[in-house]
Amino acid sequence: MKVTLKIWRQKNSSDKGQFVKYRVDDVDGEMSILECLDVLNESLILRGEVPVAFEHDCREGICGSCGFVINGVAHGPERGTTACQLTMRHFKDGDEITLEPWRAKAFPMVKDLVVNRRALDHIIEAGGYISVGTGQAPEANGLPIGKEIADQSMDAAACIGCGACVAACPNAAAALFTGAKITHLGVLPQGETEKGRRALAMVAQMNAEGFGNCTNIGECTAACPKEIPLDVIAKMNRDYLCGSIKQREDLPTPVAPVVQGA
Amino acid sequence: MKLDANIPSGPIEEAWAKACFDMKLVNPANKRKHNIIVVGSGLAGGSAAASLGELGYNVKCICFQDTPRRAHSIAAQGGINAAKNYPNDGESVFRLFYDTVKGGDFRAREANVYRLAQNSTKIIDQCVAQGVPFAREYGGSLANRSFGGAQVSRTFYARGQTGQQLLLGAYQALERQIHAGTVTMIAKTEMLDLIVVDGQARGIVTRHLITGEYNIHIADAVILATGGYGNVFYLSTNAKGSNTTAIWRAYKRGALFANPCFTQIHPTCIPVSGEYQSKLTLMSESLRNDGRIWVPKKKGDTRPPNQIPEDERDYYLERRYPSFGNLVPRDVASRNAKTMCDEGYGVGKSGLGVYLDFSEAINRLGEKTIRERYGNLFDMYQRITDEDPYKVPMRIFPAVHYTMGGLWVDYGLQSTIPGLFVLGEANFSDHGANRLGASALMQGLSDGYFIIPNTIGHYLATHKFAKVENSNPAVQEALTTVKSKIDTLLSIKGKRTVDSFHRELGKILWDYCGMARTAEGLQLAIGKIRALREEYWKNVTVPGTGDDLNESLEKAGRVADFFELAELICIDALDRNESCGGHFREEYQTPEGEAQRDDEHYSYVAAWGYTGPNSAPELNKEPLEFQYVHPSQRSYK
Ligand SMILES: Cc1cc2nc3c(=O)[nH]c(=O)nc-3n(C[C@H](O)[C@H](O)[C@H](O)COP(=O)(O)OP(=O)(O)OC[C@H]3O[C@@H](n4cnc5c(N)ncnc54)[C@H](O)[C@@H]3O)c2cc1C
Ligand code: SF4
Ligand code: FES
Repeated sequence: MKVTLKIWRQKNSSDKGQFVKYRVDDVDGEMSILECLDVLNESLILRGEVPVAFEHDCREGICGSCGFVINGVAHGPERGTTACQLTMRHFKDGDEITLEPWRAKAFPMVKDLVVNRRALDHIIEAGGYISVGTGQAPEANGLPIGKEIADQSMDAAACIGCGACVAACPNAAAALFTGAKITHLGVLPQGETEKGRRALAMVAQMNAEGFGNCTNIGECTAACPKEIPLDVIAKMNRDYLCGSIKQREDLPTPVAPVVQGA
Repeated sequence: MKLDANIPSGPIEEAWAKACFDMKLVNPANKRKHNIIVVGSGLAGGSAAASLGELGYNVKCICFQDTPRRAHSIAAQGGINAAKNYPNDGESVFRLFYDTVKGGDFRAREANVYRLAQNSTKIIDQCVAQGVPFAREYGGSLANRSFGGAQVSRTFYARGQTGQQLLLGAYQALERQIHAGTVTMIAKTEMLDLIVVDGQARGIVTRHLITGEYNIHIADAVILATGGYGNVFYLSTNAKGSNTTAIWRAYKRGALFANPCFTQIHPTCIPVSGEYQSKLTLMSESLRNDGRIWVPKKKGDTRPPNQIPEDERDYYLERRYPSFGNLVPRDVASRNAKTMCDEGYGVGKSGLGVYLDFSEAINRLGEKTIRERYGNLFDMYQRITDEDPYKVPMRIFPAVHYTMGGLWVDYGLQSTIPGLFVLGEANFSDHGANRLGASALMQGLSDGYFIIPNTIGHYLATHKFAKVENSNPAVQEALTTVKSKIDTLLSIKGKRTVDSFHRELGKILWDYCGMARTAEGLQLAIGKIRALREEYWKNVTVPGTGDDLNESLEKAGRVADFFELAELICIDALDRNESCGGHFREEYQTPEGEAQRDDEHYSYVAAWGYTGPNSAPELNKEPLEFQYVHPSQRSYK
C-alpha cells in the first residue's frame, strides 16, 4: 500500500518548525511504523535530504525510547502498543498519517520527533529508589511477599518511562509516571519505610520540572503503552499525604530542573 | 604475549575469598580522589557505577541513549539464574558451575565460572532488597522456572520482563548515587576512543550525540560495559544501537579480543518477514518449558498446522534428545531447526520456520496459567504476526542473539591494558562457546555489583597516577584520530546508504559464519568483507553535518568498526579447526551430526592482538585447564 506521512520537521529548539508531507510507496502491513520511517529515510538520504530524526532502540516495546504522536494519539491508535510495535496493517492504502513530537513544557525540543525527557530521570533521582547499598541485602526469601502484592508492584513497575502519559495529558502532568514508581516501590514491604519521604521528594521534583497538575482526566492511562492503571496516582496522593503528616526532617536537596525556572 | 589470567591458587571453592583477601585496599578517605569512568549503563555498567559510587569513588557513567534506563539489558525477557535451590531439586553452586562449563562446551575458564555461581545467590538477595518484583508463589516465597540446558529450576523471573526489572533496580541505585553526587551521568554520549598514557588506560574521547561536541575525560581507570556486538550481523535480537565501537577502539589501542567467532544464535525468534526488516524479535527461551517444537513429517507440507494429525508431526527434539527434549541448549536447538529447514521440512511462507506449539500445555494447564506465564510474549507475537498463538502454533526460527566473545580479561576483569576493565557481555569471560539461558543477566550483575568493586580497588591501590593534561600527545592523538574519522565519513558523499552496506555485511556473515561454517566459506567471506569495506570507504553517503543530532553519522562510525570486526570473526572461525558450542564447523562433526571438539589442539582461549591496519592480527593463546569438570562429549540425549 501507499501512505502519506505528514511529519513535523524542526532542525533544533530555535528553529520554528513545520509539517512536511512525504509519500511512501511499497508499505507492507507487517512493517512497523518505525520501519516505514526507515524506508522513507533511506530514500531521503539518497535524494541528498536530511532524514527524519526519531528515537528508537529496542524496537520491541520495552526500552521506552520511541514515541511520537500519531494522528493525534500518543503512540498511535492501538491500545497498549508502543510506536515501534505499531504495524502498518492498522492503516489503509492512501491514508495520510500525521506524526509530531511529544509537546510539553518540561520536554524541550531537540529535533524533528525527538524531545529531551531527562526531567523523568530527575524525578527518579529525587527519590525513586529504595535506599539500600550493594552488599546490605538479607536473604531473599527471608521476607515473604504475597503474590497479590508482588503482582500489584509489577503492574506498576512495567512503566517504560516513555513520556506518552505527559504528551497525552492536557495539563502535561507526569502523575502517571511518578505514581507508577511510587506504587512499584511503595506497596512492597522493602519500600514501605521510605514511602512518605519518597513521595514528597518525587512530587516536589515533578513540580519543579514544570509538569502540570493532575486533574483526573485519565488521558494518560489511555495512551500508556503499558496500560499503567490510574490507581497509581491515588497511591501517590496517599503516600504524599502520609509523608506530609509524618515529615520530621528536611527533604533531600532538589535537582536542578531541565527547564530552568519552569 | 604471555597471557596470565591471575587465577588464585588453591581449591576453587576458596579462590575468590582468597583473592579478595590478598587484594590491597584503598583507604576510604582516598577513594573520592580517584576518578573512574564507566562506559555503559546496562546491568554491568549500571551496577558497577552505582556500587563504586557507594564506595565513595568519583565516577562518571556514560551511555549513548538519552537515559541510563534504556540500556539494552532492559530487553531481557526470560530470567536470571541463581543457585538458591529453593525448589529442593538438587541445585547447588557446584551444579550451576558444572552446567555452565558443560553448556559452554568446555571453552570457559573454570575459576571464573565457579565464582559466578557463588555470586549468583547474593544477586537475588540484592535485587529483592532494591524492590525488584520477582514472581512469587501464593505463600510469598520466590518462584522459579527451568530454562534450556538445565534439569533443575533455578531461574528467577519477573513476568517476561526480567531484564527490565533488574535494570530498573540498578538504574535506581545509580540515580541514588547521582543524587548523592558520587556519580556524574553523561547520557547521549558515545565513546569513540580510549586514551592510553604510558601503557595505562587513562581516559576516553567522546562525542555528544546532540551537539556533536568532542570531549576528553581523564581518569585513573576505565571500565567498559558496552554490551555485545551481535549487530555485526545487521539482523539480530539486539537493540538497534548495540555496537562494538568502544571495545573495538580499545582493541586497536592494545586490548586483546578473545574468541570473536563465538556467537550465539537463539533458537526461538520470530522469522524474518521482509526486506525492510530492521531487527528480529526474540520469543523467550522460557517458552520451551511448555511449548513443543515440531515440523510436518512430510516435506513441503502446506496444510495449516491444526490440520496436520498428531502422527504426521515430527517432534524432532524430543525424538533426538529424549532426556532434555525441548530443553536442549540453544546451539543444539538452533542447529536442529536449521537442519530441518535445510532438508525441506520448514514451515511458513519462506520455509524458514518451525512450529512451537502450546496446545498440549493449554489442554493440561488451562489457558489462564499459560497466559500468566507468557501473556506478554504471546501478545508481542500476535502484534507482529497477526496470529493468535493460543490457537495456532507459533512459527519460530533462529536468530543472532548474544556474543560470547569479547575483550580478553583476567580473573580480576582487567584487559591486557592496565587500568582497562571490561564487564558484562563486552568481555569474553564466563560462557565459553555457548551461553546458557538466564546466565547473562547473572554475569552482568556479578561483574558489576560484586567483582569490580573489589578488583578495581586493588589496581588503584597498587599503581601511581601522574596528572594527565589535555595537551598530552597521547590525548591529542586520540582526539585527532576520532575527528578525522568522522570528517572522512562525512566527506565521502558516495551513492549508498550506511544501512545498505550494513545489511550486505550482515548477510555475508550470516551465510558464511552463522550456524554452520566451513573453511572454504570463511575464506570466501573474508574476501567479500574486504571488498565491501573498500567500497564502503569510497561509496558511502552520510547526510547532514557533524554538529547536531545525526543518526546516520553515528551508524556510519559503528558500521566502519563492524567491518573490521567481521573480518576478525571469520579469521577466528577459520583458525578454530573444531566445532564447539555455537561454533559449528561442518568439517568437524560426530556421525550423529553433533559438534566434535578437538581438546588436544583447541582447548584454549584465542585472544587476538591488533598489529596495524593492513597486517594480520596476532594470535595469543590462553590454555584452558579443567580440574573439576572433566571435558566430555556433551550429551543431551
Ligand atoms: C532480546 C533479548 C533477551 C534476552 N534475555 C535474556 C534473559 O532472559 N536472561 C539473560 O540472562 N540474558 C538475556 N539476554 C542477554 C542479556 O540481556 C545481555 O547479555 C545483557 O543484558 C548485557 O548487559 P550489559 O550490561 O553487558 O550491556 P548492555 O545492557 O547492552 O549495555 C550496554 C551499555 O553500553 C552503552 N554503550 C555501548 N556502546 C557505547 C559507546 N560506544 N559509548 C557509550 N556508551 C556505549 C549503552 O548505552 C548501554 O548503556 C537477552 C538479550 C536479548 C537481546
Ligand atoms: S506511565 Fe505509561 S505512558 Fe507514562 S512513561 Fe510510563 S509507560 Fe510511558
Ligand atoms: S524502541 Fe524501545 S520501546 Fe520502542
